[in-house]
Amino acid sequence: MVKALNLALRQEMERDSDVLVIGEDVGIDGGVFRVTDGLHAAFGAKRVMDSPLAESAIIGVSIGMALYGLKPVCEIQFSGFAFQCFHQIENHAARYRMRSQGRFAVSMVIRMPYGGGVRALEHHSESEEQFYAHIPGLTMVIPSGPRTARALLVSALRHPDPVVFFEAKSLYHGGPEEVPDEIESLPLGRAQVLREGRALTLIAYGAMIRVVLEVADQLRAEDGVEAEVVDLLTLSPLDRATLATSVGKTGRAVVVHEAPKSFGPGAEIAASIMEGAFLALQAPIARVAGHDVPFVGFARERANLPDVARVLAAARQTLAF
Amino acid sequence: MPRIPIAPQFTVEYLSILDADGRVDEALEPHFSPTDLKRLYRAMVLGRRLDERMLRLQRQGRIGTFAPIKGQEASQLGSAFCLHPTDWMVPSFRETAAMVWRGWPIEKLLLFFSGYLEGGQPAPDQRDLPITIPVATQLPHAVGLAYAAQYRADPAVVMVFFGDGATSEGDFHEALNVAGVWQVPIVFVCQNNQWAISVPLKKQTHSRTLAGKALAYGLPGIQVDGNDVLAVAAASREAVERARAGGGPTLIECVTYRLSVHTTADDPTRYRSAEELAAWERKDPLTRFTGYLRTRGLLDEGVEQEVDAEIGAAVERFEAVPPPDPLRMFDHAYGQPPPELQRQRDAMARWLRDGRPRPPVEGPPSPPMRGQRMPRQ
Repeated sequence: MVKALNLALRQEMERDSDVLVIGEDVGIDGGVFRVTDGLHAAFGAKRVMDSPLAESAIIGVSIGMALYGLKPVCEIQFSGFAFQCFHQIENHAARYRMRSQGRFAVSMVIRMPYGGGVRALEHHSESEEQFYAHIPGLTMVIPSGPRTARALLVSALRHPDPVVFFEAKSLYHGGPEEVPDEIESLPLGRAQVLREGRALTLIAYGAMIRVVLEVADQLRAEDGVEAEVVDLLTLSPLDRATLATSVGKTGRAVVVHEAPKSFGPGAEIAASIMEGAFLALQAPIARVAGHDVPFVGFARERANLPDVARVLAAARQTLAF
Repeated sequence: MPRIPIAPQFTVEYLSILDADGRVDEALEPHFSPTDLKRLYRAMVLGRRLDERMLRLQRQGRIGTFAPIKGQEASQLGSAFCLHPTDWMVPSFRETAAMVWRGWPIEKLLLFFSGYLEGGQPAPDQRDLPITIPVATQLPHAVGLAYAAQYRADPAVVMVFFGDGATSEGDFHEALNVAGVWQVPIVFVCQNNQWAISVPLKKQTHSRTLAGKALAYGLPGIQVDGNDVLAVAAASREAVERARAGGGPTLIECVTYRLSVHTTADDPTRYRSAEELAAWERKDPLTRFTGYLRTRGLLDEGVEQEVDAEIGAAVERFEAVPPPDPLRMFDHAYGQPPPELQRQRDAMARWLRDGRPRPPVEGPPSPPMRGQRMPRQ
């Protein structure tokens, strides 16, 4: 996925000289995960900027650039550090169009690695997408692999409003996938049905897509049932229509995310299904999520993150209800 | 190993050109044209009279809470005066006089302080950001604008305003640091009015000057008598010219005083003395500039009546604005409203159309602020 993201940035920077990259270590080093590798050499220090170690400045300065009409792509090194710029995202990036009544727009992309499963320290493993998904004015995107990552990043770069773009660390170097040479994009705000089925709907995004696909395989092999798999891709605005259509057909749903369960994305997803497909429901909507605890340390991480066994158990319970 | 002192190559100058009676130091007198001096005077008078009028409007419940500028006319106008219309101005929330100078219609500002977002919309060609309320958070935006101008080879300079309290915020330090590293064309104007609501400067910082904070970021810093419009304008002109010539950022500290309340929800008699206020009233920037202009024979008659008429006409236009249409709240949240937002808008439109009671929106009421008693309905 690292190479796919890099390709998207490179091709969009070639196409549009207003696209700039800014962040900590994104220049000569190419980013700690190498997503911006080679961009500094290709486009120079004026377009690929190593910022001082200051998250609020990275976002705040980028907002200023976007107000002028440039298209900054900021990298926050880990989503766990984004609370030092959260006010810039919530107070300003998300609100400038509204505050200026359309005179200004903030067209920028805020990239952040998120999520666990890579045996990392505190602040390097958390999932905080729910904070951004809750903010009016923001678009919250989470790709699930190289191809969607590249196509969604292209769309995010061309979007007229700020996009928070979460990249699952566990996918950076896992699950290779072919991507076409020509630029490809995917609409924001649209989920993908990865697999069709009639028995139940498995709903996830980001790194959890691999988990639910494996659960779907096992349900087919061991239980003889076909699960539908919905990859949200954009968390906010949520593709409520796809959710309602899918659960309207299956009558059962399991929502999976790494973020803590309470007030997490699963709650909004479940409420949306209630609003859109209440009469079709055959069982309570299940949620498999991180527990309601702060960072647990990577020695216990596997017990906290949703895995195939937990999701499979929840799916079987839902099917048996 | 030796301990070697590294002497910082840094001094903070204090610049003052007019004394408390408006007598000028001729060696330092900047040469602005009579027309410019008259425009500046008119803007200062307008700033003062508008402030007084707004205070009355607020007390009468005709506008909401706002932050008066009384006493700070020189520090914000002497600086904004040095900008071209093609330069950028980034205000905080106490720059009413500078905003009017930059072309904001008075009725728009009144609308803003009456809870209408329409009042925060700059004109299509206006290079001004709207009011920013969270303290110091606009400073990084200004740095970004300055970088963007430089990137596009646009000769624009950015001027950003903030108060003494803002220098304690992280965003102040991050913004000055980045501006220094990138050497962008920006002027940081600190209106040090001595009080951040109830907290005096000595509880804000142990630094002798705020201008001295520029040292840490490798920037020039200057302290000026903020109640001396000539000193502010002279220092600002120098800073703007330096920025435009590629010489990078400057921090200007205008030493001034908030002669009025923090906002109309505040009672300063709780935390500062009448003696202190009286001492600063003797340094009133308007009195000093008036004295200077009188000596130079440049004082026009009838300026007060003229600006009062201008303000009066703006108040009339403001009060003729129709009640807010609730549906407009959906217009600018996104460039393209998502389907769920469109559904919410449709639901409200149906609700309003079907003759159900409208949500309680009225003309310009006072929004509740900290420390403010709300009248019973």
